[in-house]
Amino acid sequence: MKQFLMGNKILAQAAKDAGAKIMFGYPITPSTEILETWAKFCLKDKSLKILQTEDEMAAGFGVIGSCLAGVPAFTATAGPGNILMQDALVMAEALRIPMVTMMMQRGGMSTSTVIYSQEEVRLTCFGGNSEGFRIVYSTSNLQELYDYTLKAFQMAWKYRWPTFVLADGYQGKMMGEVEISNSKLPLTNLKPILTKGVNLRNCYNLEEEIGEKIADYNDEYQQTRSEIEEYEDYQTKDAKIILLAHGIVAAAVKIAVDKLRKRGLSIGLFRPITLRPFPTQAAVKILDKAEKIIVIESAIGQLAELFKAELFGLNTTLIEINKPALGFTPEEIDKQVCFFADAQK
Amino acid sequence: MKQSPKFPKCYKIESKPHKFCPGCGHPLVLKMLGQVIDEMGIADKVVLMVDIGCSLLAWDFFDLPTTQTHHGRTVPTAVGFKMADPEKMVIAYLGDGGAYAIGLQHTLTTCLRNDPITTIVVNNTLYAMTGGQLAPTTVDNEITATTPGGKTEFTTLRGPELLRTIAHKEAYLARGTTNKPLVLKQYLQKALEVQMKKNYAFVEALSFCPTNWKTNAQKTIERIQDLEKTFKTGEF
Repeated sequence: MKQFLMGNKILAQAAKDAGAKIMFGYPITPSTEILETWAKFCLKDKSLKILQTEDEMAAGFGVIGSCLAGVPAFTATAGPGNILMQDALVMAEALRIPMVTMMMQRGGMSTSTVIYSQEEVRLTCFGGNSEGFRIVYSTSNLQELYDYTLKAFQMAWKYRWPTFVLADGYQGKMMGEVEISNSKLPLTNLKPILTKGVNLRNCYNLEEEIGEKIADYNDEYQQTRSEIEEYEDYQTKDAKIILLAHGIVAAAVKIAVDKLRKRGLSIGLFRPITLRPFPTQAAVKILDKAEKIIVIESAIGQLAELFKAELFGLNTTLIEINKPALGFTPEEIDKQVCFFADAQK
Repeated sequence: MKQSPKFPKCYKIESKPHKFCPGCGHPLVLKMLGQVIDEMGIADKVVLMVDIGCSLLAWDFFDLPTTQTHHGRTVPTAVGFKMADPEKMVIAYLGDGGAYAIGLQHTLTTCLRNDPITTIVVNNTLYAMTGGQLAPTTVDNEITATTPGGKTEFTTLRGPELLRTIAHKEAYLARGTTNKPLVLKQYLQKALEVQMKKNYAFVEALSFCPTNWKTNAQKTIERIQDLEKTFKTGEF
């Protein structure tokens, strides 16, 4: 059924449709309507619960508590809240808690602006004193907010890694049409984690003990990553120039690609949907054929850094177009890409 | 050899002897808690959350579902579990650093909301696991690793007294002492009964720390008796 909704309301609706029962949250722009929408759901549906906590740490650990009891729960936050939430998120990595978080990027650094940037990529992917055992979906439009939230709960409970829907205030505050699906998939492995005979800890006596645990986690993460990785490639088949972008920037890039192609430029878009795990195999295959790769992001090199770490040794010219904390229009992408394309001639 | 009283049935025998220092108050608090759980017949309902610091050594103390968190986040984890499974008896077990310093906002807020969980705080007036530093509960002139000249700057935080100012009238607040374990046991039992009635319960256990107090057996008892003048025992 098609509905006309605000992005943050879509996220709350999707969490409900995914089977979430409790939201723990602390209000912060631009994520707050998720909490407010969930509060309204709780009025109508008595099987749902909400707790507005004293801070983001309590929200995160509340989610952990609920998941330990086998009840799907989630939280949503942004910016400085993302920083505080890392306390719970890295413990969710350590304890293998299927914690779902909607991370609505606002401006960096620190308090900053309240609506938009792509400055929370690094923090969302690798924010803990860990190795980034996380699943991070970077959405690009309203429909994806819905679809990837459903998927986030599925994957979180299946693989037991903390899972994120990484968006931003532009997506959260935007209104538009979205297809609300009626087919509800049951969550796999949905059962209490903390049961009789289970004693869990995060604290270890010996370096060898925890070293072995991290290595085991890494083996499992690497073995299953191909089942999780997702990407979108757009017009890349014959492309000599490939633009690399994620999230809402990729939506603008797509429009720019169409325009540039009309003018005869052989150009395409590679968009990682999962920033963790990064779709490395697909990226190698697609980007290997390109003569030039242009990374476009609303940050200084946070996406490029992920990409470079995964694709070390790729022998292609790499250009970065960075606009920290600012969005992109298709027109300016068109202009800037033309400049770099001409420079090549 | 016959032991009296016997080990609580809910103990995890494989993890004994326990990992606490000789003369520590924690095992006494946990023994009283274990006896209460046995006597109330609620072992199949209890879920235990323990914090970092010395309380983390209780992560496998009982044959009860137990998880360890840190920095007082034990309390919101307990709240989350209780919301998800209200039939369970959820206990958050932490030290005075976790409850009164780094996690004070959780201690206060969960009391303010009258969350139906039981919080047990072991107060030995310092940060024990890290080597005996200043805590909000450190008393006047007490020498700690970070107040080598004795603490003089500010007052001493008293948990149950503070919480009384915001607690629901049906909430239960008490302070016992490991010097009188059977009285402490009564408080722990009441705290669990109050949770059954869907109200917040909080028990502070004033506790020995001979390792960091650097006291022998006799001096340890004298010290806790002295502390009982600052930290009044009873129900609040």
